[in-house]
Amino acid sequence: MPIPKTPAKGAPEADLYKKLGSAKLLKIHELMVRARLMEERLIKMSKGGDGFFWIGGPGEEAFNVPLGLHVKKGHGLDHDYLHLHYRSAAIVLALGAQPIDSLRQMRSVASDPYSKGRNFVNHYAIPEFNVVPVAPTIETQYSTSIGTGIAQARAKTDAITIVNGGDAGTAEGDFHTCLVWANRPVLPLPILIIVVNNGYGISTATGTQHGEKNISDWAKVFPDMPGKTINGNDVIESWGALDEAFAYIRENRKPYLLEARCSRLYGHSSSSGANRIPETDCIEQLEANLTQRDMAKPDDFKKTWENELAALDKAHKQVQSEPFPDGATIWDDVFADGLPPSYPTKGGS
Amino acid sequence: MANMAQAIRLALHYGEQNLGVTEIFGEDVGQPLGGVFTATQGLARAWNAPLDERGIIGAALGLAWAGGRPVAEIQFVDYIFNVIDILKLAGNGNWSSGGRYKTPLVVMTPTGSGIHGSMYHSHSFDSIASKLHGMKVVCPSTPLDAYGLMLSAIKSDDPVLFLKPKALLRSKGEEPIPGEPDEKTLHGMIDAPLGDRSKWKPKWPELGEYTVEIGKAKVSHAGADATIVTHGRLAPVCLDVARRFKAAGKGEIDVLDLRSLIPYDWEAIKASVKKTGRVVFVNEETEITNFAEHLIRRLVDECFYELKVRPRLLAGKATPGIGLSPNLEYFTQPQTKDVERVVSELLADPA
Repeated sequence: MPIPKTPAKGAPEADLYKKLGSAKLLKIHELMVRARLMEERLIKMSKGGDGFFWIGGPGEEAFNVPLGLHVKKGHGLDHDYLHLHYRSAAIVLALGAQPIDSLRQMRSVASDPYSKGRNFVNHYAIPEFNVVPVAPTIETQYSTSIGTGIAQARAKTDAITIVNGGDAGTAEGDFHTCLVWANRPVLPLPILIIVVNNGYGISTATGTQHGEKNISDWAKVFPDMPGKTINGNDVIESWGALDEAFAYIRENRKPYLLEARCSRLYGHSSSSGANRIPETDCIEQLEANLTQRDMAKPDDFKKTWENELAALDKAHKQVQSEPFPDGATIWDDVFADGLPPSYPTKGGS
Repeated sequence: MANMAQAIRLALHYGEQNLGVTEIFGEDVGQPLGGVFTATQGLARAWNAPLDERGIIGAALGLAWAGGRPVAEIQFVDYIFNVIDILKLAGNGNWSSGGRYKTPLVVMTPTGSGIHGSMYHSHSFDSIASKLHGMKVVCPSTPLDAYGLMLSAIKSDDPVLFLKPKALLRSKGEEPIPGEPDEKTLHGMIDAPLGDRSKWKPKWPELGEYTVEIGKAKVSHAGADATIVTHGRLAPVCLDVARRFKAAGKGEIDVLDLRSLIPYDWEAIKASVKKTGRVVFVNEETEITNFAEHLIRRLVDECFYELKVRPRLLAGKATPGIGLSPNLEYFTQPQTKDVERVVSELLADPA
C-alpha cells in the first residue's frame, strides 16, 4: 500500500508548521509519545501476565492526536460525538483521558472506569467526552454513528459526529449503511467518516481483497460528500486535512469521508504477536521534521520520553496494587433499573 | 374498542406528546402508509428509513446514546436476523460500559404466524430474543396491554424489544384504553382514508396514562386444576379454551399471559403451579431450544414436589420454515384444537 509522501519544505502544507508553532507541535509530540509508550506498556502487560489480550493502535498517533485536538469535547448534543474503535488510544488521550485508566482496563481491575474489568483494553466509554461505548464487533460503530448524527442534524448546533475504523472493515455493510444514511436527501448528517487504512485486516493484505484504488473513492457517488486520502503518518498533513473536514461539516451539516493511511507498528493485536514491525514511525518522522526546521531540539524530545515513561511507571505500579472486581459484580448494570429479585442467578440447577 | 394496531398508534402518540419520543422510524413507517400494519399512521414524528435493518437499529442505538428515546421498527421480525449483533450491543451497552451508558430505546416488530405469511413472515423470535441479555422483551395479547406495555417500554432506561403478534394486530380487546372514544369515532379520528391522504391529518383523542409493568404477568383466567403459561397470539386461544372447558365442566384452568418474556414473572408462574400442580407452556417458538424449556427446567429445580404430573410444552414444530398452505401452517404451529388436546391430556394425567 503506497503512503503519499510528506510534503517537501516550501510546499503549501509547510506553512502549517508556522501556523501551529513550536509550542503546539511539541504538545502534539508529547501526546503522541504518551500514546505510544502507553500502548507499548499495554503490550508488555499482556505478555507479562499483567493482563490478557492486547489490541491497539501504535503507529496511528500522527493522525489520531490531531484528530482528538480538533474535537469539540464535552457532554451532550452541543459537543462532538465519537464512535471509535479499539485503535483510538491517541484520540482519547488527546481529549484528556488518563493512561492509568487504560492500564486499569488492561489489568481488568475493579477501578477500570470504562468497563469495570469487563472488556478488552482500548474499549472506552467516556460520557464526559461523548465517547460512546467501543464495541469489539467490527464496523458496527458506523451504524451507530448515524444515530448521534441524526440527533445533531435536528439540533441547532455546530457539533458533529466522528466515526473511525479500519480499512478491512469497510467490506462490512455497516460502512455502506453509514454512507447511505449520512447522504439521505431528506436529512444529510454531519458525520466525519474516517477510515484508517493500515493495509491489513489482521494478516490479510487489503490489496488482495479490495479493488478500490482509494477507500475515499466511495465518496464519488455522493455529490455532497467530499472524500480525501491522506498520509496519516504526517502530523501536518493530518492537521490540514482535519481542519478542512471539520470546517466543512460544521458549516454545511453534511458528511465528509476521510481516509488516512497509517503504519501499523505492532501488528493487529495479540493475535498476530504484537511485535514491532519495520514500518514508518510517525514520531521519529515528526522529531526529524521539527529538528530540521529548528522548531525543537533532540533534548526536548528526550525529556518528553523520560517524563512520560516515569509517569507511566508510576501509574503501572499504582494499578498493580488495585483490587480485581468481585465475581458477584457481574449482576451490576445488567438492567438500568436493577436486577429483578427472581432473575435466575445460579447458572443452572 | 380499539384494535391492537390502533392501540400501539395511540401509545406512540402519547409518547410523542408526553414522554419525549422524538424519532419513530423504520421501513414505510412514515406517511402516507404509516407502517404495513398502520401502527404508526398519522404520527407526527414517524419517518421512513432506508431499507436497511442494520442502519435502523444502529440509528436507534446512537439516538439513545445522544439522550433520545427512539422507537424503531423492523418491518417483520423475520428481517431482524441480520442485525442480532447490534441488538446485542444495545442489550450489553449498559453492562459493558460499567453502567455509564444507558440505552433507552424501543424496537417494535410484528412476530409470529397467523396471517399466512409463509417462510419469511411467520417467524417467532422469542427464544433468540430471550438470549439478548440486558434487553427487555415484551409481547402483548390485548390492545390495552399493548398500550400499557408500550408506555412502559418508552419510559424504560433499558432497551425493550416490543413483539407485536401480527395475527392480533386487528383484534379488539375487552377493556378500553383511557380516553378512547367509541369505535366509530376513533376510526374517523385516527384512521387515514383510502385514496388521497395528502391533506389528511389525524385528530387525536385526549389519552390517559396507563402502564403495564414490564416483568408482570396477568392471570387472564383463574382456575385451580391446571396452568397454561402463554403469551402473544396464543394467549387469546388459551383463554378461549379455558372458558369453554370451564363452561363444559371439563376443568378450571389458570391462564397466565406472560406479557413480558424478559424479565419474566417467575413468582406468578411458581404461584400458579404450586396451586394446580399441572402446567403446560404454550408458545409459537420451535420445539428445539424453546424459551419455555428454561422455565420447565427451573420449575423442576424449584417446584419438583409441587408438580403432580410432568410439565408439558406445546410449541411450533422444528422445521426450517412455516409453509404457506394453511394445512402446512396449521400443522406446524399450535392451533385451538392442539391446545384443547394438550389441556385435556394434562388434566387426565394420573398424578
